Amino acid sequence: MGLDIMHGNDLIAERVKAIIAEQALIEPSELTLQSRLADLGIDSLGLVECIFGIEEAFGVSVPFNANTPDQPGFDISSVGAIIAEVEKLVARQAA
Amino acid sequence: MGRMRRVVITGAGTLNPLGADVATTWAAMRAGRCAIGPLTCRDVDRLSVQIGAEIAGFVPEDHFAKTRLSLLDRFSQIALVAARQAMAQSGLHMTDALALRAGVVLGTAGGGNTTVDDNYRTVYAEGKNRVHPFVVPRLMHNAATSHVSMEFGLKGPSFTTSTACASSNHAMGQAMQLVRWGAADVMVTGGSEAMLGFGGIKAWEGLRVMARDTCRPFCANRSGMVQGEGGAVFVFEEMEHALARNAPILAEVAGFGMSADAADIVMPDLDGPVRAMRAALADAGLGPDAVDYVNAHGTGTAANDRIEAQALHSVLGGRAAQVPVSSTKSMHGHLIGGTSAVEMLACLLALQEGVIAPTVNYTQPDPEIGLDVVPNAARKADISVAMSNAFAFGGLNAVLVLRRWAGA
Repeated sequence: MGLDIMHGNDLIAERVKAIIAEQALIEPSELTLQSRLADLGIDSLGLVECIFGIEEAFGVSVPFNANTPDQPGFDISSVGAIIAEVEKLVARQAA
Repeated sequence: MGRMRRVVITGAGTLNPLGADVATTWAAMRAGRCAIGPLTCRDVDRLSVQIGAEIAGFVPEDHFAKTRLSLLDRFSQIALVAARQAMAQSGLHMTDALALRAGVVLGTAGGGNTTVDDNYRTVYAEGKNRVHPFVVPRLMHNAATSHVSMEFGLKGPSFTTSTACASSNHAMGQAMQLVRWGAADVMVTGGSEAMLGFGGIKAWEGLRVMARDTCRPFCANRSGMVQGEGGAVFVFEEMEHALARNAPILAEVAGFGMSADAADIVMPDLDGPVRAMRAALADAGLGPDAVDYVNAHGTGTAANDRIEAQALHSVLGGRAAQVPVSSTKSMHGHLIGGTSAVEMLACLLALQEGVIAPTVNYTQPDPEIGLDVVPNAARKADISVAMSNAFAFGGLNAVLVLRRWAGA
């Protein structure tokens, strides 16, 4: 069971990286967990497209408002932070 | 070469979330009433944004015969109801000669969005293979303009402007220039919008810029824009023409300025709005010190409000913190293509009655704004010159400058 979750989370991380990499026009292998979206050249529109891609890929609803990006709810400060948030959303959905 | 022709407003009408005529709208603006509430459209449970500023209690059948209604999308109905009020106030009698010198320019961003949404539902969701025969004449963006021209027999220059959130200011600016340059003596102008349906809101949700609670322009805890529906229509008239027939003169349309950011399809830019405001003031022959009131674009998004505040500081200089700047979108919502027409009513309230409509829902100053946003309560003030801002998605900016009428 624990192994399945590990495996599932690896899949989530790979899919989130692929979505972000597509917006940044780079290969997923070029991303690190510390990468920040702005540093990857992803602007506000790119961010909204990333979130749409995540919602479509995982069948979740991401609580994000472009006017209040600092608000707790969905941490977008780095690739790793986004992956962690998506893992939480997916887990909550499965529960 | 003679003196430049001057343009005055001789009629105003409206149908918007704050009221079904100018007097009711003004009363709501004086009272600082917020018309934002729960949306009532079909499938609202499938929307993540469930608030908006709807026109309450509008019964189309009270205004139009059944046979005619089949040709009128909601945005055209709104424009016609408003145009009737404006034409009645102006007292214009349309002769054969004047009809050729009178036209219509109206703004809209979504046009017949309700018709589009309803008929997509018919063919895609309900699987029908037939739609109503008048879908095209209902949905076209110029439908409202054409219906107003037909109802009043206006045969001069007529067209529709569509520049998203600046549509109505672009329309009124074009109308002003047509009268000023002699292409027409009378122009019926303004704009309308009706996008508060499922498809309209669903599309806006995607951008993640909509508030879930209410609209708080310039407020530290703002969380985005709230959509509204409605519009306003005005009669613009060449000054000598209006004076000759003893028309009621509500204000002078003194200047108009336009610019394009040429930068980003949604993010506002500082330089474009600054240039549009300066162009409007220069066109009016006024310096920034003359501005007594600004009706802000003030959408309540983080991006707009910060950039607009910076732009106002650039244009108004040291006076920026003293000049009252309000966003009436906090009361009537963002009417998108119709919004600057309704905001023109706030400018007329300031110029004619000396009352500045407030920015309501305001709870917390934002240190990045640094403007007198006339929080929550209307204010008496002596206003001679008002400026009305409209900065559209796509970076297309349109600013009008109005002057209180104190005689020729």
